Amino acid sequence: MIQFDAVHKRFPNGTTAVHDLTLDMAEGGVTVLVGSSGCGKTTTLRMINRMVEPTSGTIRVGGQDVTRQDAAELRRSIGYVIQQAGLFPHRTVLDNIATVPLLLGHGRRKARARAAGLLETVGLSAEAGKRYPHQLSGGQQQRVGVARALAADPPVLLMDEPFGAVDPVVRTQLQDELLRLQKELSKTIVFVTHDIDEAVRLGDQIAIFRTGGHLVQCASPTELLARPADDFVAGFLGAERGLKLLSLKTLAAVPQGPAPEGGPWTLVLDAANKPLHWASDDAELPVRALKDDDSLLSALDESIASPTGLIARVDADGVLTGVSSRDDIHQHAGQAHTEARVAA
Amino acid sequence: MTIDWSWIGDHTDDLTTLTVSHLQAALSAVLFGVLISLPLAVVAHRIRPLRGFLLGISNVLFTIPSIAIFVLLLPVSGLTRTTTVIGLTIYTLVVLLRNTVEGLDSVPAKTKEAAKAMGTRPLRTLLTVEFPLALPVIMAGVRIATVMSISLVSVATYIGDGGLGQLFTDGFQRNFPTPVIAGVVLTILLAVVADAALVAVQYVLTPWRRRRA
Repeated sequence: MIQFDAVHKRFPNGTTAVHDLTLDMAEGGVTVLVGSSGCGKTTTLRMINRMVEPTSGTIRVGGQDVTRQDAAELRRSIGYVIQQAGLFPHRTVLDNIATVPLLLGHGRRKARARAAGLLETVGLSAEAGKRYPHQLSGGQQQRVGVARALAADPPVLLMDEPFGAVDPVVRTQLQDELLRLQKELSKTIVFVTHDIDEAVRLGDQIAIFRTGGHLVQCASPTELLARPADDFVAGFLGAERGLKLLSLKTLAAVPQGPAPEGGPWTLVLDAANKPLHWASDDAELPVRALKDDDSLLSALDESIASPTGLIARVDADGVLTGVSSRDDIHQHAGQAHTEARVAA
Repeated sequence: MTIDWSWIGDHTDDLTTLTVSHLQAALSAVLFGVLISLPLAVVAHRIRPLRGFLLGISNVLFTIPSIAIFVLLLPVSGLTRTTTVIGLTIYTLVVLLRNTVEGLDSVPAKTKEAAKAMGTRPLRTLLTVEFPLALPVIMAGVRIATVMSISLVSVATYIGDGGLGQLFTDGFQRNFPTPVIAGVVLTILLAVVADAALVAVQYVLTPWRRRRA
């Protein structure tokens, strides 16, 4: 969908921001550009909608060379979510979202109707539409930023550290929402971040950049974590690379059995067979029941926290389906690693 | 110094005419000042090297004594209202130009960037993003220019205009304070009312600044 072909960007002051970049971003996938500051990831993103012009090389979106299109029209056809939202302070939330439809010449009424629909899509109340950006929280502003980028239903979405300025709890929420939206919309998303955990969480493909604008490795999160190309990538991924890989694997394949009777700790259930807590003769400990699509990492975490080393498994409704042991989880974790590392 | 109320009673029509004429002169000057300042400010804002030059000229113009300006304009526009308005307009530029440039400077780079990235062309960005966001600073300049012009109109009495200023010469020549006091009071009233009206205009034009969270 987006192709970089031998793209080079040198700024007038002589610094090379992007060095001989060749990279394909697949249609309907999330490509995360990651690296420390000054590595050229934002410049790369901004060349896609011509906020920055390449010095040499070509960039194609949907097969067409971006430099051969009118810059303003190109930008209207590409959604852009900016760091800290970048909303227009003098326009209501609704009018902010309606920006691109209005530029495209849709009538005001039609543009506002579309904007009102998008408020719901990004999880904001209709009432929020009448407010001005400064009356919203940082997280809400960021949602408006996403809605604004989606307003003209562009096939491509560029996101420049969109969740960098919100607190970790809100950031996780926004990431979840983005993943949910992406499931529905299947946009081609290019996402810039310096947070490797965010990259692993959101990316179908992660491109790691090194200072000087060099692309070091571009691979799926699993491949990246299992087989980093060099020490730089390994260092960037951090010491808990193995655990991060487990965050990508689900619990589904780990065997489960009935909860054992006897022993000092019992799993207490409510009337509907939903786990309540672990109980012994004189103490109670909380239980975090896990579903099949929860990650192996959270299973490992819960098995350590659990007084019996067992994790409670539940179905979508929260009803107990069985328990899995620490050993089974461990074994699957190891297996997942080995598979990822030997896979071609 | 006593006020001769019967003189005021006998001259309400004259006072009204002079007040209206005074206000017209001042507001015309501000209007033309704004019309000249907006494009010049855009140039000064966009083209850095011209900025000091344009602001410098507006400063220099401000230092020319008003009588000199009127005398210089006499061959062009004679003893007319046009001369008054041109003279006053020249003085408004010093505040209007500077404030408009500063207003444009105050628009966050991030916001302009967002407009561009959404596919807004430069002229539309200027009209729908930069001017609205610069408005509070521009309006601060308009308020100063308006009050300043209202107080300066009287100077045009030298060329037979001057609105309420005519009351000062009249009172001075006859050694009769009532018209002078009436002129001063009306001038102040005009300034206060005009300023309040501009505050109201700004309130209407900047709805986003009303409810600060």
